[in-house]
Amino acid sequence: MWMSPFFTRSTSVSQIMLRVLLALLPGVALYVWYFGPAILVSMTLASLTALCTEAAMLKLRNRPLKPFLSDNSALLTAWLLALSIPPLAPWWLVVVGTAFAIAVSKHLYGGLGSNPFNPAMIGYAVLIISFPVHMTHWLAPHGVGSLELSFSEQLAYIFNSALPDGATLDAITTATPLDTLKTQLHMGSTVTETHHMPIYGYLAGKGSELVALGFAAGGLYLLLARIITWHLPVAFLAALFVTAELFHLSNPAQYAAPLFHWFSGAAMLGAFFILTDPITSPTTAKGKLIFAACAGVLTYLIRVFGGFPDGVAFATLFMNICVPLIDAWTQPKVFGKKGGKP
Amino acid sequence: MRTLHKFHGGVHPPTHKLESTRSPITLAAMPSRLVIPLHQHVGNRAKPVVEVGAQVLKGQLIGRAEGRLSSAVHAPTSGTVLAIDMQQVAHPSGLPDLCITLKPDGKDQWIDHSGVDYTQTSHSDLRHLLRQAGVVGLGGAVFPSDLKAYAHKHKIHTLVLNGAECEPYITCDDMLMRERASDIVHGAEILRELLHAEEVLIGIEDNKPEAIAAMRQAVSGCAKCRMEVVSIPTLYPSGGAKQLIRILTGIEVAAGIRSTEKGVQCFNVATAYSTWRAIAHGEPLLSRIVTVTGNVANAQNFEVLLGTPVDELLAQAGCKADTDRYIMGGPMMGVQLPSNRVGITKATNCIIAASPALFPPPPPAMPCIRCTRCAQVCPAELQPQDLFWFAKSDNFGKAQEFHLFDCIECGACAYVCPSHIPLVNYYRYAKSEIWARERETEASEVARERHEYRLLRIEREKQEKAEKLAQKERATLAAKQASAQPSTSAVEPDDAAQQRIEAALARAREQAAASHPQNTDHLTPAQQAEIAAIDARRAQAHAAAAPQPNEDK
Repeated sequence: MWMSPFFTRSTSVSQIMLRVLLALLPGVALYVWYFGPAILVSMTLASLTALCTEAAMLKLRNRPLKPFLSDNSALLTAWLLALSIPPLAPWWLVVVGTAFAIAVSKHLYGGLGSNPFNPAMIGYAVLIISFPVHMTHWLAPHGVGSLELSFSEQLAYIFNSALPDGATLDAITTATPLDTLKTQLHMGSTVTETHHMPIYGYLAGKGSELVALGFAAGGLYLLLARIITWHLPVAFLAALFVTAELFHLSNPAQYAAPLFHWFSGAAMLGAFFILTDPITSPTTAKGKLIFAACAGVLTYLIRVFGGFPDGVAFATLFMNICVPLIDAWTQPKVFGKKGGKP
Repeated sequence: MRTLHKFHGGVHPPTHKLESTRSPITLAAMPSRLVIPLHQHVGNRAKPVVEVGAQVLKGQLIGRAEGRLSSAVHAPTSGTVLAIDMQQVAHPSGLPDLCITLKPDGKDQWIDHSGVDYTQTSHSDLRHLLRQAGVVGLGGAVFPSDLKAYAHKHKIHTLVLNGAECEPYITCDDMLMRERASDIVHGAEILRELLHAEEVLIGIEDNKPEAIAAMRQAVSGCAKCRMEVVSIPTLYPSGGAKQLIRILTGIEVAAGIRSTEKGVQCFNVATAYSTWRAIAHGEPLLSRIVTVTGNVANAQNFEVLLGTPVDELLAQAGCKADTDRYIMGGPMMGVQLPSNRVGITKATNCIIAASPALFPPPPPAMPCIRCTRCAQVCPAELQPQDLFWFAKSDNFGKAQEFHLFDCIECGACAYVCPSHIPLVNYYRYAKSEIWARERETEASEVARERHEYRLLRIEREKQEKAEKLAQKERATLAAKQASAQPSTSAVEPDDAAQQRIEAALARAREQAAASHPQNTDHLTPAQQAEIAAIDARRAQAHAAAAPQPNEDK
């Protein structure tokens, strides 16, 4: 017996994931513009690995292949991971990270909908802890590095670790703006002095600030398309801003301005695409605010006082584990039981 | 302009109301037979008061209301009673219920009937008339109206008349309001009078401008009526009684609470219409307006005699060949009929002929991704994604803690779910499981009490027996003493007798103790904790909300 409702709105998980993928495109396009097409290679590599791992795990778990391979969730994990690691990362780094993300942090926990941690961030965490050196091979933005590789040279490096004659790794890669700032501050210069280095743009890193803006634009689309709600990005960015502003006011020479933190590293990607993973974030409105605000503060603290180049991944993972608790604590009152009302 | 209030969530499914509002209400053709269930309302089944073979007149009582919560059933037309037996009824279970099968004689001959002037009739008489006329809530809940048109100890300030009709496809209330607005308004005035309500608010969704205009005109024609027709935004499920009360008055009536406790009562417009027909014309509830739509050539509203078989009604609308299912009610909350042979009942507001093209089978369900689209649309402000999880894992205690019984099963959550999870089915399952367990607990409670009482009685009887024995001993002893008075050693036997009495009593006690099952002694702490936990769960299950009699939708 088929029971009501007899019709449903025709959205599907696969469509939602597809629209999130589309929302990433402006950021990706700017990425390619400023850093070359290497990122497309690692995204493709990650996508293929994700689909293969997904298929293998589904097979092992005796689950149907078609509905789950076409739900686009593995692709999204792959893209987010690829966008979080250096584009010149050797091919095996991408493969190991993606495979771990899909096999362990998604399927071993029960597959789609059951994973407590954001798979892409687990993949990132595994890579940054296991292969810290390879995770620093960030490309310098267009016009900043001393040597720019052609696409074929980038491919040669990704797949063979082969560099053109005479080139060194140092010549083609550079530290991220966040890393540079940290190093420079250690060496005794001030924030203002650092911001005059060529790697910096208007707000944060040259090029990378625009990529972040691209991700923010994609995020805005997700908001307008009602794929995500405002709670997570707004709370995250606000908390990051306020924390940064407090430190900045206390000592502007030592602590960068809030907008620098907004537009550097994975802040925008995190605010709109990573924290907003529904499976690993709270379900209640109040819970979302608490979750994202804590993640914002943690991101700042890890960035500024921690040992890792960026704080988004670890802040996300730490808050992921708090989700059941946050949800339990923030259950809203139901219709007619709010009290105080007539 | 009245300030309207919002309820949380809601959805905008395609309405499909245009198809069935193109032509006026048509009187359905006289069917070849009528299958009239005796249980068309909330409460006790009516008791048949005619014999097989009896000739009945239109409007003649054929089922008498049994007990307080019940309603009468009448012959919808004149004819012969063919059978009084168990037949399949319009319920998704497909289980049979007692029905009276009537063969119309085609004369449609009325029984003597006449109305009363409600202003000259006592309220208790009016309520009695409603009960005798079989008037029940026609919005779908079919709760006897005489019981609802009573303020009890509460002061009712507002009577809400529900003309929202938010379910897609259904247009019976819309057409009734367009065509018979003045009767509705008169009926509402009677109900207002019965409730001593200060004002009447008639809520109609703004996608029914014709109905709103007709009702406004009817209200303006009734100068002394304190009524207002309020156009409300179209948003499913604004026609849920509690949602409509919230929209019109801002009052939230929690699950498990009657709206009268908050000073509001709610009736469907069709109920008000039937009230007027019953009081002013003496016409019992014999027919109702039914929307026939979906996979039919001419979707429209019919005035249908209760008991008309669904297939005969559908034939008049030109039911298409590829129809494979029949839905009673709307696509959001309706039920699939077990067959198209069942009779139309007082609850049947709409019949949708469904085909695979009209309602394609849902794609296979995917796992929940906790996107909370369901929570965003839930009018009861629940967390459907959590309830789903608890229902799926049979974690019923937790489901109740998360207000499972506040769910009104409107289907908004399942409608928006991108994983196509039949969420409402899970909630129905959890609710029925909880009810079943409660019944089981109750039954075992009764059995336990009975058993304990039996043990108590056995023990008491044993003690009484021992007591008697001891008395007998004392008596014989006394007699012996009396006879052996001269003896010098009178003290000795007395002591011996006393000892015998003590021994007999002790034996009796031992026996009594032995007959009592001692399985609750010598328990390990773990077992004791388990028993305590079981008792606690029982108490919790007991305290849990029982099903609420829904008000009109």
